[in-house]
Amino acid sequence: MTGLDNGARMYAVDPRRTSSSKFADLWLGLELGSDVALANTVGNHIISKGLQNDAFIEHSAQGYAEYVEAVSEYTLERGEALTGVPAAAIAEMAEAYATAEKAQILWTLGITEHHNAVDNVLALCNLALLTGHIGRWGSGLVPLRGQNNVQGGGDMGALPNKLPGFQNVTDPEHRAKFEAVYGVDIPAEDGIHLTLMFEAMERGEINAAYVIGENPADSEADINHARKLLSGLDLLVVQDIFLTRTAELADVVLPASVGWAECEGTVTSSERRVQRVRAAVPPPGEARHDQDIIGELARRMGYDWGHPTSEDLWEELRSLSPLHGGMTYERLESEGGLQWPCPTLDHPGSPFLHGWLWEEDLGGRAPAPFSVVGHQGPKEELTEQFPIRLTTGRSLDMYNTGVQSGGFDSPIRYGEALDINPADAAGLDLVDGEVVLVSSPRGSVEMAVRFQPDIPVGLTFTTFHFPELVDINQLTNDAWDKRSGTAEFKAASIRIDKLAPSTDPDTSELIHA
Amino acid sequence: MTAVPVTLTETTVTISVDGQNVTVPDGASVLDACTAAGVDTPTICYAENLTPVNACRVCVVEMEGSRTLVPSCSRAAEDGMTVQTDTERVRHSRKMVLEFLGSGTDLSQAPDILGWMADYGADPDRYGADRETMDEEVKVQDNLYIRDYDKCVLCYKCVEACGDDAQHTFAIAMSGRGFGNRISTEFDITLPDSACVYCGNCVAVCPTNALQFKTEFDLRQAGNWREEDQDVTRTVCSYCGVGCNLELHTQDERIVKVTSPNDHSVTSGHLCIKGRFGWQYVHGGADD
Amino acid sequence: MPDLHLTEDRATDAETAAIDAAIAAVGVDPAIVFEADRLVRGGVHRKHDRRHALLPALHALQNTSGWISPGGLNHIAEVLGVPPAEGYGVASFYELFRVDSAPDHDESVIHVCVDSPCLATAEAKIAALEAEGKHVHRSPCLGQCERGSTDAAVFIQGRNGPDSVPADQPDELWELPQRGEPQLKLLRNIGRIDPTSIEAYIGAGGFTALAAAFEMGADKVISEVTESGLMGRGGAAFPTGVKWRGVAEAEGPQKYVVANADESEPGTFKDRTIMENDPFSLIEAMTIAGFATGATKGFIYIRGEYPLATTRLQIAIDASRDAGFLGSGIARSSVDFDIEIRRGAGAYICGEETALFASLEGFRGEPRQKPPFPTTNGLFDAPTAINNPETLLNVLPIMLEGGAAYGGLGTERSSGHKLFCLSGAVARPGTYEVEFGPTLREIIDLAGGATGEIAAVLMGGAAGSFVGPDALDMPLTMEAVREAGTTLGSGVVMVFDTDTDFDAVCIRLAEFFRNESCGQCVPCRVGAVRQHELLVRAADAAPKMVLNGEVQLLAEMDLAMKDASICGLGHTASTAVRSAIDLGLIGSPS
Repeated sequence: MTGLDNGARMYAVDPRRTSSSKFADLWLGLELGSDVALANTVGNHIISKGLQNDAFIEHSAQGYAEYVEAVSEYTLERGEALTGVPAAAIAEMAEAYATAEKAQILWTLGITEHHNAVDNVLALCNLALLTGHIGRWGSGLVPLRGQNNVQGGGDMGALPNKLPGFQNVTDPEHRAKFEAVYGVDIPAEDGIHLTLMFEAMERGEINAAYVIGENPADSEADINHARKLLSGLDLLVVQDIFLTRTAELADVVLPASVGWAECEGTVTSSERRVQRVRAAVPPPGEARHDQDIIGELARRMGYDWGHPTSEDLWEELRSLSPLHGGMTYERLESEGGLQWPCPTLDHPGSPFLHGWLWEEDLGGRAPAPFSVVGHQGPKEELTEQFPIRLTTGRSLDMYNTGVQSGGFDSPIRYGEALDINPADAAGLDLVDGEVVLVSSPRGSVEMAVRFQPDIPVGLTFTTFHFPELVDINQLTNDAWDKRSGTAEFKAASIRIDKLAPSTDPDTSELIHA
Repeated sequence: MTAVPVTLTETTVTISVDGQNVTVPDGASVLDACTAAGVDTPTICYAENLTPVNACRVCVVEMEGSRTLVPSCSRAAEDGMTVQTDTERVRHSRKMVLEFLGSGTDLSQAPDILGWMADYGADPDRYGADRETMDEEVKVQDNLYIRDYDKCVLCYKCVEACGDDAQHTFAIAMSGRGFGNRISTEFDITLPDSACVYCGNCVAVCPTNALQFKTEFDLRQAGNWREEDQDVTRTVCSYCGVGCNLELHTQDERIVKVTSPNDHSVTSGHLCIKGRFGWQYVHGGADD
Repeated sequence: MPDLHLTEDRATDAETAAIDAAIAAVGVDPAIVFEADRLVRGGVHRKHDRRHALLPALHALQNTSGWISPGGLNHIAEVLGVPPAEGYGVASFYELFRVDSAPDHDESVIHVCVDSPCLATAEAKIAALEAEGKHVHRSPCLGQCERGSTDAAVFIQGRNGPDSVPADQPDELWELPQRGEPQLKLLRNIGRIDPTSIEAYIGAGGFTALAAAFEMGADKVISEVTESGLMGRGGAAFPTGVKWRGVAEAEGPQKYVVANADESEPGTFKDRTIMENDPFSLIEAMTIAGFATGATKGFIYIRGEYPLATTRLQIAIDASRDAGFLGSGIARSSVDFDIEIRRGAGAYICGEETALFASLEGFRGEPRQKPPFPTTNGLFDAPTAINNPETLLNVLPIMLEGGAAYGGLGTERSSGHKLFCLSGAVARPGTYEVEFGPTLREIIDLAGGATGEIAAVLMGGAAGSFVGPDALDMPLTMEAVREAGTTLGSGVVMVFDTDTDFDAVCIRLAEFFRNESCGQCVPCRVGAVRQHELLVRAADAAPKMVLNGEVQLLAEMDLAMKDASICGLGHTASTAVRSAIDLGLIGSPS
């Protein structure tokens, strides 16, 4: 915001006119799932105006000719037809982006919670390569993380194909390094991610799960399906600080402690900044630290790891992950956190990545590739039976399924409702606040509608913070991107049916959490 | 084809503070220079994470060539300036400012200001018992924070934190004129009815406890707010990926309020509703 | 479709129409534009760019509804992108905007001046009006002091119609005491030509100074002004040439000329005399200032209680634009310059130049710390030449006669002509023009002499100081008054005779500062209140106020206000009261 006050311009691209959009110079309300079409149109327009950074492309990128060819069909007219955004606005944004001294593209789950999530991201990367808005102070590509440590989890190897520090499971050299320290053999094949795990459960290949700090019984798309699979397991162990819906399904619940207030350790934020968390209060009752629980489990499985402190574990990580090599607890403390890569003790950390693209000598690295991606649209098409788009998201004072953020008395919490354009509502003969039946091909929920002029015609929106009130993930689509493993929470097709002839809406029970 | 350099060459200025030459970076304030010279300067409306409004005038210093005293917080240090911080004029104005504030405002929960009042010999009682004061009732309109404008010194910090220095919500503003100035929503509507998004950044910058977390308010009402028994632990917020630093204030093994360090680069002391108030689940939720 | 969080109150159709018209009149379109179903233009820059329309919009709302209604404020918030809390904060700052939900909004508000010299007759008048059931507001000085010497001044804030001053006689030429006297340079046209006729102005030699300025070129205009020794006539007496040079040399794509016509210093009405009766001269002088400094845009910030002057200026601006003297390519030159009028809304502090900028930009009239100075960081943070109308008028003879010749008038350190506002116990109150040099006695004699035995004269207004009869032979030059420890200020010479109740006069002076302090800085906000309380308490304790130890406390408060306040209001808030004590007018047991 200070940047805007200082003169920076902001273009907001979002199917909904969100509160962030209201600070933007221009809001471009593209059709749900037309992100690639918009990005390609922007790219094509930049090229047609000759505003691309030829020197940068020549030196630091590859695959440009193919990209030019691929986007050439995305004329402004076609862009407008695919995205619903007037051509002049796309052109204006494209020119502003290309001619800015510094420019960033920031995104979050509206890009990644799609069946073609990776295409969406690559289409944006293309724009950065096209203009050279990458690898420089103030320019770049900025995926904003929705959770405080989702970056750290990945960094620490909580990915099926990576060891800590993004070292590959399939790379024997990497494996050998870890095996030497861990004293065990590491399987040489990639594991599977969450979405595949559910498929494996369906096939009966997985019959036990150990869930730590996640609430898939509320948060997965097509939730009825997910719950059925979890219930069908031979063994479900849940380690959490709450008795979540998932924990309710569990055979064993291991009470854990609050990571950021009852434990020592580190978390890593969106900007790759590793910071210390510290224990301020003791865990309640029988709750124990995650590392103690895991250590105890290991001991009973025959491995006595002793009682390492969190710093001991961190020191081991430092010895194995070059990205984190220079980050001692002492430095994290005195320097207010450090951004990886930070390989050595005298390295100041890295506020941005990809600076090598601007070096005279690329150091033997391959130039960054353009990727050819095309418009697909949401997996689930609109039909006569399900003619309305549904997208889901978050509200300011709530967090995910609400198990944490539900714990305080927020004056700005308005509960769950289906935001709908008044024009659509009028077409359905609905009144503001009326409780309706909302259905997708996967299920139905009852919920109130809330008239919202900022929602474009044809689109509806709701959060998923109150699964105990409205089990919205009964509707969302679990079609997922094979490359990222992320389901298409952001685009489903629904229908809205009146429950009864219009009466005075009494929705207090539903909308007051 | 070159990348824009990250580091800027730093120029410096040298000024004289109480006869001692100090060198500070270009753009530093006279207050920064005083601090660099080891001179303790009282401040009320100044905060390192807000734009100086120079309203309280307690940080004034005497500057060679200036007819009046100069607010050190908002005057940029320039080469060759000569500043005196402990002259009779300076002491007099500081004393009067503190005395004036004490004469109209309840400063009982502003220990820093009470300390300076003692240092400078401020005596608010010499303005008569029937003097006009803020005379405001406590506003308790939700369970997150309260507003006790009897304690308000009208320093603008909360307005700045709500507005263009941090939150850009503009739920509150200075209203009225002169001694009738009050921090207010439009037409004094309640906070839940206003644009407030409950980031609590206003509470964090308030120098007199006029804005107070409800948890603190309740404990004080119960006579059980014991700052001397409290610990402060720095950690990181558990919600989104920004990485805001939290300071957990704990008493009797419970969190009693949350602040954020002003000197941390991620958010310079500012938080959102979740970071500021969303900790209650640690103790089992709001109704525990 | 509000972008801001608004209450559910909605504007009436009349409010919406009035606000939209006011905003359009200052060239502003809505901050949020819904260009298509999936395209909205808005953002912080458009909001910042439109903020200056806030006061015009609030004026329109006040006039339509008699108060700043929540629904009307919401509409303003929506179209300008001003958060409602901020809009309320601004509205509640100004005397002419009501934010209370009192039941009498349907009436016009009758403002009756309670400052000297109106003070003597104000309460009786207010009582009479209230007995008639009128809604009366006790107002600080309304700038009609030549009338108030016998009958408290009145300004009527209209409801669904224009504001007015009952004493104005717009169809008659002004009866200036010195009308037509040949030595006049600043008041030469006043009462002689039709102030609404550009032909009459041109016929009287109008726009020849502008032609002379174009002839000599911008640089030489500034040199001539510098050589004339012209100093600001608003009170601070800063050399005008230096100010203009500073603006001309400052970097910036846009520069401004601002006429500070927020004439609110009690006892001052000379600028009103000029603007009501010779508006074209101000237009011409501002255009010269624009040409000299490189500013292409001028604003006249005029106090809200001057409806006739506002009307006359607008007529003059429109006529000048039609005749090619404003706009682009003025008088067939390549010079662009245009002028817009902005009305204040009742706030003495807005005469302080940085507070005036804040007000014009759509904020509360809170002064800003200097440096930086207006020459580099003025209106909209751009280089700005801000001058008092009287100061600007001096530029016309300087252009026509040359800086050296004009500088030769008066004394060495007070050159040229000066206007004085004579009021109180004088036979013919009014605006008088003299060549710098006459004594206080001679100036009082010019106004027909005192009507009684002179007890004291308030020099320079509320921010000035009292002098006793022993000062009558003091020449009214900058240097002589400074030596005598007083000030010319804005040219106020308010005469008090021995019948005056000085306790009441001084308590009202203290109350004036208490009411007019913007409240931003502590010394002034609290100091002005404590000073007033102290005097009231002493006056209540005895039939005539006696001050003993309080004198020391007043001195301590004064020193802190002078030393530590942000602006001149706090610096001078004690001066008049303390001078009254020093002269024995109040406080001494007699």
